[in-house]
Amino acid sequence: MNFDFSDDQKFLKSEARKFLDANCTTQRVRRTLDDDAKPYDEALWKQVAEQGWLGAAIPEEYGGLGLGHVELCAIAEELGRAVAPIPFASTVYFLAEAVMLAGSDEQKKALLPKIAAGEVIGALATSEGPGPVTAQSVQASVSGGKLTGTKIPVTDGDIATHAVVLAKEGGKPGLFLVDLSAGGVTREALKTLDPTRDAAKLTFDGAAAERLGPQGEGLSLLEQVLDRAAVLIAFEQCGGADRCLEMAKAYALERYAFGRVIASYQAIKHKLADMYVKNELARSNAYYGAWALNTNAPELPVAASAARIAASEAFWFGSKENIQTHGGIGFTWEVDAHLYYRRSRQLSLVAGAPRVWKERLVSHLERRNAA
Amino acid sequence: MDFNDSPEEAAYRAQVQAWLKDNAPKKNAGGDPEGGDTMAASKAWQAKKAAAGYAQITWPKEWGGPGGTPIQQVIFNQEESKYPIPPNPFQIGLGMCVPTVMTFADEDTKKRFVGPALRGEEIWCQLFSEPAGGSDVAAARTRAVQATDGSGDWIIDGQKVWTTGAQFSNFGIVVTRTDPDAPKHKGLTMFWVDMSDPGIEVRPIHQMSGGSGFNEVFFTNVRVKDSQRLGAVNDGWKVSLVTLMNERLAVGGPTGAGWSQFLEAARGVAGLDGGPAIKDQALREKLADWYVQTEGLKHTRNRTITALSRGQTPGPESSIGKVVSALQMQDLANSAVEMMDQYGVINDEKLLPLKGAFHWSLMYAPGLRIAGGTDEILKNIIAERVLGLPGDIRVDKDVPFKDMPTGR
Repeated sequence: MNFDFSDDQKFLKSEARKFLDANCTTQRVRRTLDDDAKPYDEALWKQVAEQGWLGAAIPEEYGGLGLGHVELCAIAEELGRAVAPIPFASTVYFLAEAVMLAGSDEQKKALLPKIAAGEVIGALATSEGPGPVTAQSVQASVSGGKLTGTKIPVTDGDIATHAVVLAKEGGKPGLFLVDLSAGGVTREALKTLDPTRDAAKLTFDGAAAERLGPQGEGLSLLEQVLDRAAVLIAFEQCGGADRCLEMAKAYALERYAFGRVIASYQAIKHKLADMYVKNELARSNAYYGAWALNTNAPELPVAASAARIAASEAFWFGSKENIQTHGGIGFTWEVDAHLYYRRSRQLSLVAGAPRVWKERLVSHLERRNAA
Repeated sequence: MDFNDSPEEAAYRAQVQAWLKDNAPKKNAGGDPEGGDTMAASKAWQAKKAAAGYAQITWPKEWGGPGGTPIQQVIFNQEESKYPIPPNPFQIGLGMCVPTVMTFADEDTKKRFVGPALRGEEIWCQLFSEPAGGSDVAAARTRAVQATDGSGDWIIDGQKVWTTGAQFSNFGIVVTRTDPDAPKHKGLTMFWVDMSDPGIEVRPIHQMSGGSGFNEVFFTNVRVKDSQRLGAVNDGWKVSLVTLMNERLAVGGPTGAGWSQFLEAARGVAGLDGGPAIKDQALREKLADWYVQTEGLKHTRNRTITALSRGQTPGPESSIGKVVSALQMQDLANSAVEMMDQYGVINDEKLLPLKGAFHWSLMYAPGLRIAGGTDEILKNIIAERVLGLPGDIRVDKDVPFKDMPTGR
């Protein structure tokens, strides 16, 4: 049994933390938060590319470092902890994973080296309005290699160079790769709950679209991409949730009320114990997800669902109860607590809300435990 | 990140598997796990394990164990659980009481007890909780007074409660009050006692669940030798911490009906729109949550095992098990009963799915949320020992025990 990061992976993780502690302070995150004209931290994005993180799980033959997905999970946890304001998930978890999973060798050769080098920013364009993505929700369509339709919201859609788009072709949903710099694409920036992670409305009017993977397999491919992304995002959520517990603990130990530190009241102690329990359950599920992702195990859909559900719950609970532990000061713009509250919402929504994953999970369990 | 044994672990597992194949029982001994009519089978299995060096794998050679590692114990437990083994009534003794005796008793006492306990010939119980002190073990009122006849003997009077296995135990370790003038932690002394002493009366507790797995134990003029004292006079709190520390090493598994039983039952019960209840969205969401919690605990145990495998002491993650599983047991059982709607009021195993497992869980769960540390105490432990938050303000810490507020 070796159900933990290895020593090398722990070293990578601690180096990543050191780098982000130095280069991604919350003070720096706030430059993106407070500046409406700054969709992401371009300088940090370049630095992260130089670290090689964008290509951590991309094979060396395609310009990556050729490490495994567990290494990528270790990096993801640190990015989540630092609420990094960069399009890492869109580019690495969505675009790179989709291309590695379903792309032709030509598509891999064209995109993966550029992703690893930080020359490409990705986006996943599946939603067209309120409510989950289903076969019925897809109206965008491709005909003769031209995409028409609207996607809203597309996280990082305002800065992305390439998008993975869910659209119908011949009446069936497929996945398509769209170069957003080509003609027929209109972008409209949107206000978001988490301004450190921007989004846009994309309107396609005959934009050139290449199919990614077999025709008509879009929903199944999307599920596979989301399974992989869900595990990686779960590590970001674990990192954020742990940071929330640390912040709540530090504040509770210094804040006095009624003549003693508030950390000495059971109401606060039990709240923090609840946060700890949720964080540990999330971490354990995330580890299993990492194992399933790294080994491409048949358990991946179930493991990814469990990882996403547990991590979404932990980060949501931790981020809201961190504010509560801070009291009034926690509700101010100046205190960092809302950065995590915002990011917890962004991460819980971006790959489909927890209730969608709960339904998927139970459907899988029903099949697995078929009488 | 893998689930593979190291080469040494794989070799040990193979050795255990081969031994179990030849020696483990092939069919269930039957009977009620709370009852005790499986005792003969339990003792026979324990004796077999002891003879082969599998009874207490981590015990050092001087205690009669093979001096194995915690991970070897985990491997043995994993493999053993694949067979229909009888209940284990020895664990409280071997896990908590006997290690305390081994730490504090003289050489003759150790020699006398360790072998029979290891072989399952003698069973031990732990006499800590009292009617006036459950979570607050140091508030014990059972008195031990030294006899005035110069023998050095001690006379014990008082009452213990929630004693697991007292009805079939041969010996016990008991926390007593020896100095009521000292603050509560400083006036306790620990002894071992022979449960067949005529002054000791064991009465089963009739639980709200109907069963009787625990007992009240009354001490009336029970005379023990000074040589039965474990540790110094008035040093019993330190001794009890040794006992409780050993308790924390136990790695618990799931209890009661779980998510898969719920899924199975929900297929057979009608739901809101006439289809099966498993199609009800509210139940599906709950099922997902229980699955995720259960998996979270399972993999938390895997992280604990990993630490053991690396020769490390398990981290605090191992402390979360019961606080999650006991509440889930109650919530899941209640949801299953409510799923049956009006029919749920029936509590007759012949008329219920899974022989009434959910109804049993519903009525047993309140006890599980209290036994071995209440939810509230466990959260205090996580807050204080894991997160390092301050201990509660203790108004009774420096007060002589006899002046402590008791509410009466």
